[in-house]
Amino acid sequence: MPDDILNSFMTGPDENGRFGDFGGRFVSETLMPLILELEAQYEHAKTDETFWAQMHDLWTHYVGRPSPLYYAERLTQHLGGAKIYLKRDELNHTGAHKINNVLGQIILARRMGKTRIIAETGAGQHGVATATVCAKFGLKCVVYMGAHDVERQAPNVFRMKLLGAEVIPVTSGRGTLKDAMNDALRDWVTNVHDTFYCIGTVAGPHPYPAMVRDFQAIIGKEAKEQMQAAEGRLPDTIIAAIGGGSNAMGLFFPFLDDTDVNIIGVEAGGKGVNSKMEHCASLTGGRPGVLHGNRTYLLQDDDGQILEGFSISAGLDYPGIGPEHAWLHEIGRAQYVSITDLEALEAFQLSCELEGIIPALEPSHALAHVMKIAPELPKDHLIIMNMCGRGDKDIFTVARALGFEMGSF
Amino acid sequence: MTRIDAKFAELHTAGKKAFVAYVMAGDPNYNTSLEIVRGLPAAGVDIIELGIPFTDPMADGPTIQLAGQRALEAGQTLEKTLQIAREFRKTDDATPIVLMGYYNPIYSRGVDRFLKDAVAAGIDGLIIVDLPPEEDSELCIPAKAAGINFIRLATPTTDDKRLPKVLQNTSGFVYYVSITGITGAAAAQAVDVAPEVARIKSKTDLPVIVGFGVRTPDTAQEIAAVADGTVVGSAIVERIANGDSPVDVLAFVKSLADGAHRA
Repeated sequence: MPDDILNSFMTGPDENGRFGDFGGRFVSETLMPLILELEAQYEHAKTDETFWAQMHDLWTHYVGRPSPLYYAERLTQHLGGAKIYLKRDELNHTGAHKINNVLGQIILARRMGKTRIIAETGAGQHGVATATVCAKFGLKCVVYMGAHDVERQAPNVFRMKLLGAEVIPVTSGRGTLKDAMNDALRDWVTNVHDTFYCIGTVAGPHPYPAMVRDFQAIIGKEAKEQMQAAEGRLPDTIIAAIGGGSNAMGLFFPFLDDTDVNIIGVEAGGKGVNSKMEHCASLTGGRPGVLHGNRTYLLQDDDGQILEGFSISAGLDYPGIGPEHAWLHEIGRAQYVSITDLEALEAFQLSCELEGIIPALEPSHALAHVMKIAPELPKDHLIIMNMCGRGDKDIFTVARALGFEMGSF
Repeated sequence: MTRIDAKFAELHTAGKKAFVAYVMAGDPNYNTSLEIVRGLPAAGVDIIELGIPFTDPMADGPTIQLAGQRALEAGQTLEKTLQIAREFRKTDDATPIVLMGYYNPIYSRGVDRFLKDAVAAGIDGLIIVDLPPEEDSELCIPAKAAGINFIRLATPTTDDKRLPKVLQNTSGFVYYVSITGITGAAAAQAVDVAPEVARIKSKTDLPVIVGFGVRTPDTAQEIAAVADGTVVGSAIVERIANGDSPVDVLAFVKSLADGAHRA
């Protein structure tokens, strides 16, 4: 085996869908044949020029890619250290990075002859993206969303309905993203013949973690070229928020073998990682286990029962994390930290005030970590932070958290 | 020869079909659950399937989901589930016990430790829903080495090409899932099940037991007639959910067992 393969962080997963010990295919027998068929389809599509031509055409004309790499000048001045660039994936059609992946999966679903698409959603961004692409291609769309999230993300629920999707509130468990994923899997097992499960993050059984990463890697590829054009070199640090971890994996992947680039993933610390599991920091506060088709770090009790996470951000409210992140954490190629709800809220406001960008609560976590490290870094230190979603969906949550009453202005 | 092999040999000699009953360990609480489990053999149950409660039972319908929640809320753990088996074995050393559930509680305990404890508790087989043949090295192979049967699910989506892989490391019996779906859902039809059982039996000498969608004594009889036996789960668990006494639950179980044994 040549050295360059041995020394690469970009060759995973192996043929069993493993990143080191993580990943795999922990699903019921009913789903296994379908997952193997999907893997074969994806392996074929990966090297099929017509597939990528269609993807690029849609990315360009439907999504609005490439998204800008924006020098956040006032934020940089305010923090007084590192030079901060924002990768503006919140400017994509539907307002987040999610659509990058959905397009890929829906094109595959059409190639496989599937007519019904199901998805799980937390903050509603993946649900909206899926409903959008289904509308565009005339496919039936069913979105599972935790009842608690339906309540706190009402604008996205209405968007999905406008787009023709059926939104099913999930009441099992605590009614968040994990429970929505359980019910989506139950639907899939029942309707396996005509249904495609469009997973929104880099988790689930192989090939989903690798496939979703490959579709999201457009973020990192563009960022690398854009930074080259702006500064003539690679960034020093790249940072992204992590729930399941798809926007982060999309940014990180093309930089994995550029070992001079620091990679930082920011988990949702909720009320604080030390206070009785009221957080969603799987890597910081969890241990390896098996859930939703893959082995990864999970929030769980001593008996292996899965714990409900807690975060102000519905999109990060998941007790697991993509298996490739678990692997990058264990081998030390990426660093994982956590940010509390309060820190994220502060970053949210700073972005609004200094840059005129209302960020989603998810990237607000990444920005909060930028606020922690940038002041201590030299002025020629280049940071790219993935601004993976816009905050329109979150204004009600933020208003409540900040003590504003809507309608009383 | 495991207790499962011995039981099927005994049934074969008697010309009877197997009746398998599923209950969730610790539902609605430890003591009631133990009382029900202890009464199953006398109600005509040939093999006991004991559910391991899990927070995220992805292949189960609402009935089994809620049973798991009740058990967990009443303090059930994997240790206490093994304890039910240990207590049961004090008075019954013949009826096979199969644990059914999901991998994470076992993985969390540690596979080696779990298998050692399971053997000591008198567990005979495992049905772990989220461990397909592709993950055999996790638990299936170590379980076989420990003398515990690893019982595989075959489903309507398991085509002829895949079937040998599914059967390869299976022992004890094959559990044919009669529907594509979750537990407690659509009703199984003997007319659909019969050719599938024949297809599986043409590839293995193991008994084939059919479950999912069997809810009444009549269906139990019809399905058992075209297989080596049948499993009822959700319909029994619903009685427990309704607060039926162990005596009433066991009377219902007996009616199902009688149905299966008429076949």
